[in-house]
Amino acid sequence: MDLEEPIIIDKVEVNQKTCYHCGEPVRNTNNVIEDKQFCCSGCKTVYEIINENDLCDYYSIDETPGLKQDKQIRKGKFDLLESDEVKSKLITFKDQNHSHVVFYLPQIHCSSCIWILEHLNRINPDIIKSQVNFLKREITVIYNHHRTDLKVVAENLALIGYEPHVSLNDIDGKKIKKYDASKILKLGIAGFCFGNIMMLSFPEYFAIAEEGDLKLKSLFAYLNLALSLPVFFYCSADFFVSGYKGIKQSFLNIDAPIALAILITFGRSVFEILTDTGAGYLDSMSGIVFFMLIGRYVQTRTYDTISFDRDFKSYFPLGITIIENEHEIQKPVSSIKVGDIIKIHNDEIIPADGILFLGKAEIDYSFVTGESKPISKNIGELVYAGGKQVNAAIQLKVVKEVTQSYLTKLWNTEAFRAGAKEDPHQSFIHKLSKYFTYILFSIAIVSAIYWSIYDSSKVWSAVTAVLIVACPCALLLSATFTNGNFIRILNKYGLYVKNERTIEALSKITSIVFDKTGTITEQGESTVTFEGKALTNYQSRLIKSLTYASNHPLSRDIYKYLPITKLFPINFYKQHLGMGVSGQIDDHLIEIGSSSFIGIKSDTKFDGSFVHIKIDGEYLGGFRINNKYRTGLNQIIKKLAQSYRLKLVSGDNELERPYLETLFPKKTELLFNQKPLHKLDVIKAAQQRGEKVLMVGDGLNDAGALKQSDVGLAISDNSNNFSPACDAILLGSNFKLLDSLIRFANKQKFIINASFILSILYNVIGLSFAVQGILMPVVAAILMPISSLSIIFLTTILSSFFEKRLLNDKNHF
Amino acid sequence: MRFMSAMFIMIGASLVLAIGFLVAFIWSVKSKQYEDDYTPSVRMLFDPKPGTESNLEQSNQNSPQTDKK
Repeated sequence: MDLEEPIIIDKVEVNQKTCYHCGEPVRNTNNVIEDKQFCCSGCKTVYEIINENDLCDYYSIDETPGLKQDKQIRKGKFDLLESDEVKSKLITFKDQNHSHVVFYLPQIHCSSCIWILEHLNRINPDIIKSQVNFLKREITVIYNHHRTDLKVVAENLALIGYEPHVSLNDIDGKKIKKYDASKILKLGIAGFCFGNIMMLSFPEYFAIAEEGDLKLKSLFAYLNLALSLPVFFYCSADFFVSGYKGIKQSFLNIDAPIALAILITFGRSVFEILTDTGAGYLDSMSGIVFFMLIGRYVQTRTYDTISFDRDFKSYFPLGITIIENEHEIQKPVSSIKVGDIIKIHNDEIIPADGILFLGKAEIDYSFVTGESKPISKNIGELVYAGGKQVNAAIQLKVVKEVTQSYLTKLWNTEAFRAGAKEDPHQSFIHKLSKYFTYILFSIAIVSAIYWSIYDSSKVWSAVTAVLIVACPCALLLSATFTNGNFIRILNKYGLYVKNERTIEALSKITSIVFDKTGTITEQGESTVTFEGKALTNYQSRLIKSLTYASNHPLSRDIYKYLPITKLFPINFYKQHLGMGVSGQIDDHLIEIGSSSFIGIKSDTKFDGSFVHIKIDGEYLGGFRINNKYRTGLNQIIKKLAQSYRLKLVSGDNELERPYLETLFPKKTELLFNQKPLHKLDVIKAAQQRGEKVLMVGDGLNDAGALKQSDVGLAISDNSNNFSPACDAILLGSNFKLLDSLIRFANKQKFIINASFILSILYNVIGLSFAVQGILMPVVAAILMPISSLSIIFLTTILSSFFEKRLLNDKNHF
Repeated sequence: MRFMSAMFIMIGASLVLAIGFLVAFIWSVKSKQYEDDYTPSVRMLFDPKPGTESNLEQSNQNSPQTDKK
């Protein structure tokens, strides 16, 4: 077995060179080609392949475009792509000779990436064409399936450092968003028809009715009618569908009265044109449909790189190595059964709970808990699914199937089965529109009664005019444009919301529940304290030199913590996996690592965050490495505590309770050792007390709580990172703005109400004409764009006014 | 009446022109040109390397995205 074999590097020399491929500092001079230095053999290999295939332009478009290739891609990793079942799921199009496949490549980050990926056919001539979608981090590859294979294509990509991310979701899960052309198409067609109808209606506005123009006039009217058909039947279809659905559930949403207004406007216009009694209001109708479609378009902003509904399937690999009768077989993850022996290679994710059977487990649970420090497990211990093995390969005996595992069980809970949690009926816009519609109908009825008494010929025109002029279109416009502005502004400040309902939900919350690790602590950042006899400058220089050579996250933390100094070269550097490192420096033997490695009995159990030091056999003490809390956390908690009930739910132990008690206001509930399901229950209990809960979390173990809460906010330190299913994603660097962002979101309702009041003014003017039965098309045609544009203007002005406050808060920090 | 016929021709011409643009727009949406509005801007800046097989040839082949799935 290669497990216990230490990595020995004869000499580690200090130099300031950076890797030609990835730009990371070069720590040793083992990997050199001509004048180019590489940080690791992986980067060197990639360079050699790129060089061989005459693709060196890669390095001239952007400097050091590569990503560090220190993790070897295991042979046979893509074997599963040979199976027909997998192929049929991944291949999007196939004809006699060619297959098309789309791969997700999270590594894509610069122009060089695009260039090299679109020149894949130089590496494999049987690849006909490859095309990158940069925003989606996707590549579409067309290859000749007689001469090459899906597996070979994936290997080609991996060879140049772009290993395709093929997850269980690609096979098993729902298809992620598809390109929806109809939205743009509807918008464009409505705009086209609106413009042309407007143009053809101009003569009518100026009442040019000379002799002999009648022919022209009716031609214009019929052209208008023809142009309005696509608007009525195609572009406004969504309003009819949504309105109908609402009524079927006996709920009057905003789309129903809008659809009614469109229907009546169209009906009356058709009637007028066919009976030659007027020009109709087709210009107003197509105009309002056009503006409403713009509103809907700006409101539904899609983020190509962010996905809000990732479940465990996107994290889990497609295939797993199962050991059967001492043979390694590649099988789909979904076929794992209890009792199987699975082999987890370095950097692979554990798909099912299992007992460690062979090897040294060093597991990084950052996907699950946000904690990136690996946890060591010994043989016989239970290893939970969701972690990533960061050491040499291990073998596990499966004790629970994938869907029954500790982590994935969450997805079987009610919160996940219930589907979409937001109730679209709850939006105050629908309530507002309901009152509006009632008032509108009463006005229509009153005017109908009035005219039936005084002049029954006017009943029809007055009633239809009322419904034409005063549909709640203005309300829809103010809501959609305000939401569009808000989503755009929040995006600018690092908060990505899933949809407009999230903004409204955010303004209703009454309590906030925090996760600890990775949420209020910074991922990958730590505070280091030394415990023991004070180190001399010379000793700290020795330790810094040793930690420089090690890639272990703890070594890096210690390296960063120690004062900057000139480094010594190391002799006999030795890395003991899962234990520590040692080396001969300036004739001293330095050993750092766990207590068992150093050979001391320590009172505090080595929990992965205490590193002991020994120089020349003398024990000096150790470094305690703690999570670092996010900057500004103190102020944020204080501010939030003024308006919200706070709570902390952590999966960790109580070690940090004393500090957290000083941080949070007195009597705040601080819960530790919480399992994912407990977290969900905590949220549920609060909701049953009538609270509206904002859950702030980051890992898969928060997924249940995020889903159950009224607003689930995931903190992500890298927007390309995987984050669990949630309603909104906040960049970790903007965590300090959380309070300001929530306050900003609260303003949404105010702006919608303000612009709605403005639109009522226009409605009053329009209605005063309408009830008299004298609504001229020209009045409608002027009122419609003016009211629409002024609403758009007002929402934009107000949004940017409140944005200024947000900017102030940002600069204040 | 000459004025009238001039109007008819103009209206016909303007509509034909406008519908031409509409068709172009519909085609551009259908061929998924709105799907990725970033990568083409980078792609056009890449120079074909002289002496190697022509990149023009490559770009003449069907775009993978125009194929129906």
